Amino acid sequence: MYSEVVMDHFKNPRNVGEMKDADSVGEVGNPVCGDMMNIYIKVKDDRIEDISFQTFGCGAAIAVSSMLTEMAKGKTIEEAKKITNKAVAESLGGLPKNKLHCSNLGADALQLAIKNYEDKKAGKVREEKIVEEKHEHLHGETCKCPYCNGDVDLELDVCSSCGKVVENCH
Amino acid sequence: MSVTNLDYISANPLLPEVHEAMIDAIQENYGNPSSSHQLGDQATEVLEQARENVAHLINSSTPEEIVFTSSGTESINHAIKGVALANADKGKHIITSNIEHNAVLKSLRRLTRMGYRISSVSVDDYGRVNPDDVAKAITDQTILVTIMHGNNEIGTIQPIKEIAEITKGKDILFHCDGVASVGVVPIDVQDLGIDMLSFAANQFNGPSGMGGLYVRKGVNLWPLIDGGAQENGRRAGTENLIGIVGMGVAANIALKEMESRVTHAKKLKDKLVTGLKDQIGDTIINGHPEFSLPNLVSVSVKYVEGESIVLMLDEENITVSTRSACASGALRASHVLLSVGREYADAQGTLVISFGRDTTEDEIDRFLKVLKESVETLRKISPLYKKN
Repeated sequence: MYSEVVMDHFKNPRNVGEMKDADSVGEVGNPVCGDMMNIYIKVKDDRIEDISFQTFGCGAAIAVSSMLTEMAKGKTIEEAKKITNKAVAESLGGLPKNKLHCSNLGADALQLAIKNYEDKKAGKVREEKIVEEKHEHLHGETCKCPYCNGDVDLELDVCSSCGKVVENCH
Repeated sequence: MSVTNLDYISANPLLPEVHEAMIDAIQENYGNPSSSHQLGDQATEVLEQARENVAHLINSSTPEEIVFTSSGTESINHAIKGVALANADKGKHIITSNIEHNAVLKSLRRLTRMGYRISSVSVDDYGRVNPDDVAKAITDQTILVTIMHGNNEIGTIQPIKEIAEITKGKDILFHCDGVASVGVVPIDVQDLGIDMLSFAANQFNGPSGMGGLYVRKGVNLWPLIDGGAQENGRRAGTENLIGIVGMGVAANIALKEMESRVTHAKKLKDKLVTGLKDQIGDTIINGHPEFSLPNLVSVSVKYVEGESIVLMLDEENITVSTRSACASGALRASHVLLSVGREYADAQGTLVISFGRDTTEDEIDRFLKVLKESVETLRKISPLYKKN
């Protein structure tokens, strides 16, 4: 199901653990959606000197966190801001379609950590425990049928146009 | 290293006798039971022998009450939609429970679009339905009650006989989803007093893609598949004789071995539950401690997510199932686990460990050892795990 790179990062995750003296933390996700991710960064001379993560989630979520920390380590803040969810997924050799949402958390957590860092530097008071409800979009929005592009009836999980069962809309 | 299969509810190996009978059927019984010549007669003979074996397994009064289907899911769809369509003039109200399998849930949701009304009764923290709640939900429009026997996620067994007492004499049919139970624990349809029972061969070392539906004589339900008069007019289409033969042999052996299988499974379950509590820590055993399937243990492992545990175990050649949303494809926490009061995070960390006649105590020991290591590793990564 997963690529070799994903399995390698899952089995041997890099940069694991809470960072006690982090300059900033980005916390995203919640157990309702299945994943939670904390990214800790330490910044020196505008560069991410150290980074670590904690993740509650599936194999893909753990691999994404690990890869993300590898990609961000040593980068300047400006460079790190350019790391996207797509880039992380690509570096992992791709993710199964129904796991792409897991990769969304990774870069989001990093960007949140950077934002918190910049806010702190600018003197803004960081709210304790910022948790972004990033999965809100998964509910309520219409979903398109992968077979015919019709609208999916989210109560029945079937396409209103062709009647086929579609399960990955939530 | 050979695979330690602790995911019997998903798939379990064919018994050698089943395998052999199916090969014989492929080679010798290519006839169509509907034909009125010797090839047809020969096919009919093995078909009816299998039907008799299956009837015995659930103590049906006559083999005519058994309909062979393609799966437990088809049987469930047939029972629910068949009754709904045949009895629409009597009423359009159906009663079910909050912890049914998706085959029940989705069939009922589909019917709501055709004007049917569904009442779903809740369960207690062990996953048991209170029969009084079923009685209270009955209206003069109620045509069907559908409640499962053993739950496929947490193993809890429902008070089916008590619920059947309620529907009896009320012109309300009672369908029981017995897919996780039939062939695993003794089931007697006459003693239970139910009108319909769904089951599947792959739960008792029979072939996948084979199901059965018990329909008590006199029950009015429409076929799902129209055409010829196969299966005593309940299901049209040329029979899957090879699968049916396999199911018949598997049913026969399941009945013979029932007592020893249950004893063996109970021993393994006790060992597993004790091991989980003592060795893993921070776990919740789901389901009822007494009224429960002997071949299945559901455990919520706190602070970690189920799919990642499954992956780690798989690397060590141990297969188990998870109820985490991340692994299910639907990306939603299990409605069964939420119904018995699990928190979202705990539902995400839930494993279903299921075993069978060939599972050994050594395999349970090995599983516990590898699980302990995997959980320790994953808890180190988890932001939810706070070391004391």
